[in-house]
Amino acid sequence: MADVAVVGFAQAPNVRATHGTTNGVEMLVPIFREVLDSTGLRTEDIGFWCSGSSDYLAGRAFSFIAAVDAIGAFPPINESHVEMDAAWALYEAWVKIRTGEVDTALVYGFGKSSAGDLRRTLALQLDPYTAAPLWPDSVSIAGLQARLGLDAGEWTEQDMAEVAARSRAAAGPGAQISGRVAAADLLAEPYLADPLRKHDCAPITDGAAVVVLASADRARELHERPAWITGLEHRIESGSIGARDLLRSPSTTAAAEAAGAADVEVAELHAPFTHQEIVLRRAIGLGEDVAINPSGGPLCGNPMFSAGLSRIGEAASRVMSGAARRVLAHATSGPALQQNLVCVMEGRS
Amino acid sequence: MTGLSEPLSAPLEVGFDYTRSLGPVHRRFATELRGRRIVGVRGSDGRVHVPPVEYDPDTAAALDEFVPVGTRGTVLSWSWMPRPLEGQPLAHPFAWALVLLDGADTPMLHALDAGSPDAVRTGMRVQVRWAAELGNGIRDIACFEPVGQSPAPPLEDPEPVSMITAPVHLHYQHSASPEESRYLRGLTEGRLLGQRCPQCRKVYIPPRGACPTDGVPTEEEVELPDTGIVTTFCIVNVPFLGQRIPPPYVSAYVLLDGADIAFLHLVLGCDAADVRMGMRVRAEWKPREEWGYTLQNIDHFRPTGEPDAPFETYAQHL
Repeated sequence: MADVAVVGFAQAPNVRATHGTTNGVEMLVPIFREVLDSTGLRTEDIGFWCSGSSDYLAGRAFSFIAAVDAIGAFPPINESHVEMDAAWALYEAWVKIRTGEVDTALVYGFGKSSAGDLRRTLALQLDPYTAAPLWPDSVSIAGLQARLGLDAGEWTEQDMAEVAARSRAAAGPGAQISGRVAAADLLAEPYLADPLRKHDCAPITDGAAVVVLASADRARELHERPAWITGLEHRIESGSIGARDLLRSPSTTAAAEAAGAADVEVAELHAPFTHQEIVLRRAIGLGEDVAINPSGGPLCGNPMFSAGLSRIGEAASRVMSGAARRVLAHATSGPALQQNLVCVMEGRS
Repeated sequence: MTGLSEPLSAPLEVGFDYTRSLGPVHRRFATELRGRRIVGVRGSDGRVHVPPVEYDPDTAAALDEFVPVGTRGTVLSWSWMPRPLEGQPLAHPFAWALVLLDGADTPMLHALDAGSPDAVRTGMRVQVRWAAELGNGIRDIACFEPVGQSPAPPLEDPEPVSMITAPVHLHYQHSASPEESRYLRGLTEGRLLGQRCPQCRKVYIPPRGACPTDGVPTEEEVELPDTGIVTTFCIVNVPFLGQRIPPPYVSAYVLLDGADIAFLHLVLGCDAADVRMGMRVRAEWKPREEWGYTLQNIDHFRPTGEPDAPFETYAQHL
């Protein structure tokens, strides 16, 4: 089975709202150009294209087809799509290269959350018989999970605020929210949905991201220090929220064990709520010495369907720049961390 | 260039009242709810799941041992909803709660009508408040409320419930691309505006955010005439909901003169059986006062009577 590495990453600025269309073309065209320029690849060199997005964000069927225009799909291309975060599209592309079918792949994700009411739209991820008809929104469900941990003494509101403060301090120029703020000041703010305050929730964000994968032979030609994928796994939990252990994220633990998560220096975690970062750190077994979300993470910008892919790109970038040797990226999808993907990458000399 | 004016944007309403057929497990649950009773299902590990699940969350075994549970329970967790959203069980502020019903081993998610967050606490005892109208699954439970007076008693032998209605209505602010916006503004003036790809020189109407061949934005504006040809067509014989013209009628791809991509429109003004590939057609515009940001400003296309276009002139546009 072929080794696979990340050799390119680009993302659109994380913003509260774009003027663009829900098919993402305006966000995708510039970052395709950026990532192709950085790798020296042309569109005709890409063996496989795969995207992650959602028709529910766009409010129309087959919206991802319009995004294919941004590729320039002639002569005909080898293309696929997942109705998931594009981290799962990356998984599909990784399998294509592993099996030797192609030697390069371009993975992209996009979402214009601002076009609709995200909290309601995400309710449609729930069981359509016993949960979705009640329209429980994504923030409220995260609040139920957060209080379970608060009541059990697993974390405090102070712990949650510190996650937000640390994330904002780390966030770079492309982030939607950044800056230095004291946890105590965050705790003085009113509740948005008791027990969650605004800082506990990822901001509604429009954005897009792109990652280029290559097989072993091509990767060394395309980047002097590729981020080699040493493990990539995803797991899912029951669709019945009440049947799940919301404090433990067993799907993350299983994915991390299968992916070989030990000894990483950096972890990019896709936790859209502050307490979920705490859940994930424990589920993966990350120690105090691991740098968590040096990009600022999803609390500083959470473009639906590309934020998980961005975690892989951000973590890979630290390997490609030489700043880190071994890194971990995590992506989630579904209510209260229902589905989780873990990707471990390393640099080789 | 496409100009610097703001893209057009408009509300987009998407909605459908889904009717969902229920399998044996949800049918039993919904039928019991209609009788103001709640049942769970026993999982492979002995746990009683409420609401019942069709397959065991751990082993995926099909489950069918139903277990009656209480209509009172204990709050395991809650979050406050200060401004309820459309479709939620209560229109005034309430708590979402995970409620462990007496006799159940897994909690159910529902609304708790408690007045204020100060009145809610983990561990509090709550009971079902039944909906006035029964027979629609989980929404037969209007919400939970703090334990007080006895809730409405069960009903004998409810009619089986095999279907529920689940309305899904979403609201969007849809934005057109800059290129589409130029095109739509042109239509309000009776102009048909396409754009040319800077690389392959193809003319697209409507213009595209990116040329699907080259992946670059179309840029150079091209005004097209309202004449063209039928490249391909179908005769609609089947009546359907929302149909505006009695069948048979012709739905056709019309390739305007000078364009490289055809669009779908109607061909009327002749017998449906006389429409053919290559037929020359001209737009029949609605009265000017009815024009808006839509290709429906053209009511339909009708034959011009000119000789048909030779097949080779449009063979590349099928």
